[in-house]
Amino acid sequence: MPSRHPVICGIGLSDYPVAPHLNSVQHHALAARRAIADCGIAKSAIDGYVSTSGGGPAAGDDAVSMAEYLGVNHRYIDGTMVGGSSFEFHVQHAAAAIREGLCDTVLVTYGSDQLTRMGRVLGTGGFQRDAQPVTGAMQMATPYGLPLVGAYALAARRHMHEFGTTSEQLAEIAVGVREFAGLNPDARYRDPITVDDVVNSRMIADPLHKLDCCVITDGGGALVMTTEEIAKDLRQTPVYVLGAAGTQTHWNIHQMPDFTEMGAAVCGPEAMGQAGVTPGDIDTAQLYDSFTITVMLMLEGLGFCGRGEGGSYVEEGHLRRGGSMPTNTDGGGLSSNHPGMRGIFLLIESVRQLRGDAGEAQVPDAELALACGSGGWLSAIATVILGKNRPS
Amino acid sequence: MRVVRNLEWQGPVPAGEGEYGEFFAAAAEGRLLIQQCPECGHRQHYPRAICTACGAEPGWLEATGAGTVYTYTVVRQYGAPAFADLPYVLAMIDLPEGVRMFGGLTGIDPEIVEIGMPVTAYARTYDDTHAMIFWEPA
Repeated sequence: MPSRHPVICGIGLSDYPVAPHLNSVQHHALAARRAIADCGIAKSAIDGYVSTSGGGPAAGDDAVSMAEYLGVNHRYIDGTMVGGSSFEFHVQHAAAAIREGLCDTVLVTYGSDQLTRMGRVLGTGGFQRDAQPVTGAMQMATPYGLPLVGAYALAARRHMHEFGTTSEQLAEIAVGVREFAGLNPDARYRDPITVDDVVNSRMIADPLHKLDCCVITDGGGALVMTTEEIAKDLRQTPVYVLGAAGTQTHWNIHQMPDFTEMGAAVCGPEAMGQAGVTPGDIDTAQLYDSFTITVMLMLEGLGFCGRGEGGSYVEEGHLRRGGSMPTNTDGGGLSSNHPGMRGIFLLIESVRQLRGDAGEAQVPDAELALACGSGGWLSAIATVILGKNRPS
Repeated sequence: MRVVRNLEWQGPVPAGEGEYGEFFAAAAEGRLLIQQCPECGHRQHYPRAICTACGAEPGWLEATGAGTVYTYTVVRQYGAPAFADLPYVLAMIDLPEGVRMFGGLTGIDPEIVEIGMPVTAYARTYDDTHAMIFWEPA
């Protein structure tokens, strides 16, 4: 029987980090064109489409509007929107759909003109501009003036209290990611930084400094997923989806059950279990670096180090170029790009690494890559394990 | 619980739909409410129309207004006009009743806030009949 094992056969990035010539829909389209060209599949072969609910029907980049715009008459559609990690969930869902035969070939796209359209208001710029009443569970937080950065700062402060984690240890994450950004000509910021630079940058919400926070950019990305059998006739060597799992512990930050443990502790072991691998087997990790604390909680949850040991683990240099777990090798959200949601870029960089196409940032002999996305406020977490080799 | 009248507030306010409305209305009367399930005893906050533990319809329980700081942040940059009076402290508060609550922590130098410090709830009105919960050092 032909193998229906799900693979990623095509990847595409739109233009980033600053792309005033594109709106969100055009980011989706450009990334899709490049992903289709990358693998050389006939566009008419695409019978599944996945994206987020985007900015809603009014913005025109929700899944059904985008399926129409891109001309995909799908047999399978998924509009899962759980924030930045949506795309790791999408891979989980699309892999199951492909395996089950609901469709053969799925296009996943994302695009955002956030920087061009809104500037850098998301983090600290006054999301809530007027006194409109706040509905739902957000009304327990927004009226107190909780900025996005402040939500993550609550977790960072608690981690410091419980485990003695320092600002310098969190800063090490940003320094390592910036080193990789220096190898990516398109990264938003490329000049090297030091731990001192991070801890001396402006305090935004204690204990998070400006350089503990991701950049805000434009950008988009796309994946083509299909069966191992179909991929045999395509241009690129396929990358195998070996495991994919997700979970949600809360949505609003004030409902996080334990501010030092994220859902990676659940979905990480589940995804690695599907793949039959352990943290020590992973060659490179792409971890959603909305903030430095996000990465630290993820490292602990995934089991790269013990709980509370994230500080000493990063100080040992594991995340750096040449370290045991090179992390965010494209320069991450902290230095390269973060157009509203970043999960698709974790997958695209993982594929580049497994193809051996990561240029100067290439991790030698990379065979297993892990992508872990965080959506909401450390809320909806999903882990995807990708492999260069056919699973036995 | 102390109730402070503050009708000058120009910032965002809770919409108070559904069960939320009872919570904010009680606060304006000096009562801090959490939910307790009559079936299984589970306590929860924010207010909902279902017990998250067993699925029954929750009832109300008046909390003492005592708490301790579980974690906090000092907001030092925020472009929203209503929050121009920087810095200010936001905290997650552990209540002895067994729930955790988010809110503003006032009446203290932001530089000396500590996790574990005891705090007391007070209410600050934002219209004639509704109030938000804030916290101050005990």
